[in-house]
Amino acid sequence: MSADSSLPQTAAEAASKVREQFAEAVVAGTSFRGEETLALQLDAVAKVSKFCRDALGFDYLVDISSLDHFGQDPRFELVYELYAMETGVHLRLKALIPGDIDPVGPSVVDLWPTADWHEREIYDMMGIRFEGHPNLTRILMWEGYPFYPLRKDFPLEGKPSEVAEVAFTAAAPMAGGPFVTVPTDGITNVREPRARRAGDEPPRGKFLTES
Amino acid sequence: MTQTSPVAYDSKIEGNVIFTRVDAAINWMRSNSLWPMPMGLACCAIELMAASSSRFDISRFGSEVMRFSPRQSDVMIVAGTVTYKMAYAVKRIWDQMPEPKWCIAMGACASSGGMYRSYAVLQGIDHLLPVDVYVSGCPPRPEALLDGLMKLQKKIMREPSVEDQKRSLIESL
Repeated sequence: MSADSSLPQTAAEAASKVREQFAEAVVAGTSFRGEETLALQLDAVAKVSKFCRDALGFDYLVDISSLDHFGQDPRFELVYELYAMETGVHLRLKALIPGDIDPVGPSVVDLWPTADWHEREIYDMMGIRFEGHPNLTRILMWEGYPFYPLRKDFPLEGKPSEVAEVAFTAAAPMAGGPFVTVPTDGITNVREPRARRAGDEPPRGKFLTES
Repeated sequence: MTQTSPVAYDSKIEGNVIFTRVDAAINWMRSNSLWPMPMGLACCAIELMAASSSRFDISRFGSEVMRFSPRQSDVMIVAGTVTYKMAYAVKRIWDQMPEPKWCIAMGACASSGGMYRSYAVLQGIDHLLPVDVYVSGCPPRPEALLDGLMKLQKKIMREPSVEDQKRSLIESL
């Protein structure tokens, strides 16, 4: 109960303090059911993060995730989830990465050591490099694997590759798939996994009349 | 007192002698003490552990000696999802097992990749190893694994084991 009263006690308060301090860096902001999201300039992420940690009490980096807005420019986006242990305030920072070839973001490992593995995972799965990361190597796949599997243009079944004596991959047989279940109030054989693709007729109207 | 010496056949052991083929005897011995290499990779390994515990008791079929060294094992039970990252490690352990050796692919993932139609999962361990018995299920119940083990025992009983391993010796005779 010894909460530092100088720290922001709500997410809205924290967001407004960031806006005050970095008026030019905050591109946009949304508030949804008490959750505050601030969209930042990419080059401001490091200093805003440092301000959030040191002045606003966000001592815990919950997660960093990345988005692939395939077909849009800019294509990649980073999302930082911050949490303040003492006040229980949660704040989300976002930043778009300009350029879709060899995207680079800033590393926040020096602020939160836990960012090390988060950034390695993003590098591994999405191919975004982090400048200043102490050991930016693949974390799930092996060194030498040539693809970034979570990018939208990477096929679900994978692509063949080979790193001698380390590992290989092959494209999985899709057999008419992908087989997906859909949310519906239909009977079991309506819900069961079937080959469904984008553009297929939605199952709700079609199958409910059958059941 | 006259001393009788047994000429060819001792009445004392009469009834205790069994005539058989070497193949059959070897196969009988092999099939009833299959030491497993538990290649537990995912949830199937939990069922594999249950199969070796008291309720299901894999020792009833002579396979209770789980060896975590491939050099002392006869049958590799691949229990779980084989990712591409793990694939060559499984292969390396298999290569270290001495002949004769057998392989049970336990569960959907080890048999065919299962529900993982994915860039990261090997679509069946039979892409790397010769599999003798596939056990279906996700995961299979311990009874299913025991049934697979019994199928493997029956398969071993049909093998021409001497001929297979001493082919050059037989040919030289």
